[in-house]
Amino acid sequence: MEMIVIYAIVAMTVAGIVLALVLYLVAQKFKVVEDPRIDQVAEKLPGANCGGCGFAGCRGLAEAIVKAGNLEGKACPVGGAPVMAQVAEVMGLQAEESDPMLAVVRCNGGKCNTHQKAAYDGAMDCVSANQNFASEGGCSFGCLGLGNCTKVCKFDAISINPETGLPEVDQDKCVGCGACAKACPRMVIELRKKGLKDRRVFVSCVNKEKGAAAKKNCDVACIGCGKCEKVCPFGAITITNNVSYIDFTKCKMCRKCVAECPTGAIHAVNFPPAKPKAEETPKAENTVETKVEEKGGNNENVQ
Amino acid sequence: MKTFNRGGVHPEENKLARNSKIEVFPLTKKAVVFVSQHLGAPATCLVQKGDKVKVGTLLAKAEAFICANTHSPYSGTVTKVDVATDFNGFKKPAIYIDVEGDEWEEGIDTSNDIIREITLEPKEIVDRIKDRGVVGLGGAAFPTNVKYMIPEGKKAEFLIINGVECEPYLTSDNRIMLENTEEIFIGIEIMKKALGMNNALIGIENNKPEAIRVMTEMSAKYPGTKVVPLQMKYPQGAEKQLINALTGREVPSGKLPIEVGCVVDNVGTALAIYDAVQKNRPLISNVLTYTGKSVKAENQKNLLVRVGTPLQEIIDYCGGLPEDTGKLISGGPMMGKAIMDTTAPTVKTTSSVLVMNQKEASRQKETPCIRCGKCVDACPMGLEPVLLGTLSSQQKWEEAETECVMDCIECGCCLFTCPANRPLLDMIRVGKFKVGAIRRARAQQK
Repeated sequence: MEMIVIYAIVAMTVAGIVLALVLYLVAQKFKVVEDPRIDQVAEKLPGANCGGCGFAGCRGLAEAIVKAGNLEGKACPVGGAPVMAQVAEVMGLQAEESDPMLAVVRCNGGKCNTHQKAAYDGAMDCVSANQNFASEGGCSFGCLGLGNCTKVCKFDAISINPETGLPEVDQDKCVGCGACAKACPRMVIELRKKGLKDRRVFVSCVNKEKGAAAKKNCDVACIGCGKCEKVCPFGAITITNNVSYIDFTKCKMCRKCVAECPTGAIHAVNFPPAKPKAEETPKAENTVETKVEEKGGNNENVQ
Repeated sequence: MKTFNRGGVHPEENKLARNSKIEVFPLTKKAVVFVSQHLGAPATCLVQKGDKVKVGTLLAKAEAFICANTHSPYSGTVTKVDVATDFNGFKKPAIYIDVEGDEWEEGIDTSNDIIREITLEPKEIVDRIKDRGVVGLGGAAFPTNVKYMIPEGKKAEFLIINGVECEPYLTSDNRIMLENTEEIFIGIEIMKKALGMNNALIGIENNKPEAIRVMTEMSAKYPGTKVVPLQMKYPQGAEKQLINALTGREVPSGKLPIEVGCVVDNVGTALAIYDAVQKNRPLISNVLTYTGKSVKAENQKNLLVRVGTPLQEIIDYCGGLPEDTGKLISGGPMMGKAIMDTTAPTVKTTSSVLVMNQKEASRQKETPCIRCGKCVDACPMGLEPVLLGTLSSQQKWEEAETECVMDCIECGCCLFTCPANRPLLDMIRVGKFKVGAIRRARAQQK
């Protein structure tokens, strides 16, 4: 009886050793040589797998960086400069400088500034609503307010304000990954530079209709009058298709356009309220090219 | 009695306007005509501000293969070429015309005499159909001439004429079958000549006994055309379901009806082809049903409306909206779209203005799926709507594609039958849209 137990133990041990050897040899034979730096780089990345860099998750970015051997056009918008500095250290490279980006909602219509013409009771999905009608307010360019952007945000940084019916970005949480901008069927959300002291000036409207038609539906629409373009001393503002756009790489945030805009479509955020003519001149802050912006604009055309 | 083999539902038929004769709607004063009113590439606008136009003047020209001409439905002056709001609130290029009198272009026969002899050759017929801007009036507005250019290696065995009108409420096809019977049959003769065959089947659902009787009597005069009464079931009027009901054939996934030797057209299209070929008339008007449960019996109308009439005028003509109106729908209650702007003008395929009362209009509260499988039973395409809806809301486009989301005909049976009131069709349409975009991108890469 005792012998059986001993035989069993011996037999299992021998079988274990033999099979372990086989596994070891096979593993050696079919070994996939992987650059150890991929793991090291992936370790430094945040691991949220948001896809904001344009690659399939954090490991995708790590593989791309190691394969290319440089950091051109490959940056983690979530981790920003500190993370990329660490990655550069692993790779033995110099990190590219890039400004932190932020999602900006370029529509201010919502429930407060448009006049309700229809009531929507279909699926709570912006793409579905976009197939069916213009919007409750009648504008066929602006935010539908059904929150596809809030569903895709991995950082809980964007939410619909029930009062205005518009999405609001929490600037402390937003990492500028651009997931919301891609999810928006009307391309209302844009990635813009976070700006010095978080200050930003932007046109909060994407309506391409002529002035009168735009104003009919919305009190705060950009009417494409061109006053801002004329007043801008830096040539940062252009009017295309009846809507104004402020190039954030050229804007020096003087806020002359904000004062000039007849409909209040240009928003300036995080400026001190009491100084209406304060001249903030952040220098050398606006020269760095930013790559992330292009991605925000490359959405699928859904019109 | 025949019907299609799979799925389908039985909505309340509500054909309230079935006995109202077609009335000719008075001409509007200020018309708005959309430049493109068809499926496919946009047409190119030919007129500009200040131009004088007559009825039948070419306003926009088709320059692509799948594209259709647009003709002026009115005589008068073009006041501007700009954008106009459509039913859904979207802005589209449109031509604004101030209507003066009713003068027609030369060479158009405006009389009501029936011309029976077909003089044109098959090639000329197809060219005429294209020239006169005829599009499918079943709802999709697909340029009709394209259907009559049979691809190499394919042969049309059946010409199928759709007189099913399976959508509840709509009665316009029923009325034209009763009032323009012979014109429809001559239209079918023209179609048969263009296809070079003599085998047409007209499918009519058995809730229109009068139309079946009148059409069957007429078919005795036109050999090679047979009227087939069909058992009532929605969506029998859908192309693939009708082919299945009449011939027993099944159109393969992603293919056109010609794959199984069929060409399908609506009775309205047959009438439009008759007008185009025999009378040289462009497609500038169609029959529209104004109906609804709350609409008074005397205001339930079938109207012959010129394209470009503002909707509000039609509503006013029919006694204004009832007090408990909840929603206006263009098209039937199953597949039609809600109208958000009543100033919008009608287009070639506007088949109805349906007034829904508040009770009918509101959607019920959505509750969790109870996995009953009713939508799977109801789907006439043999799909799994519950699965497709879920995949779409989870943005799993690849999986949705392998589950044949593109085969969905958007008939709405799943939504109609769902006891949990889930917006299945809404989500499937999102899936179709995304998968379609992915496919186009893939085709471009190649």
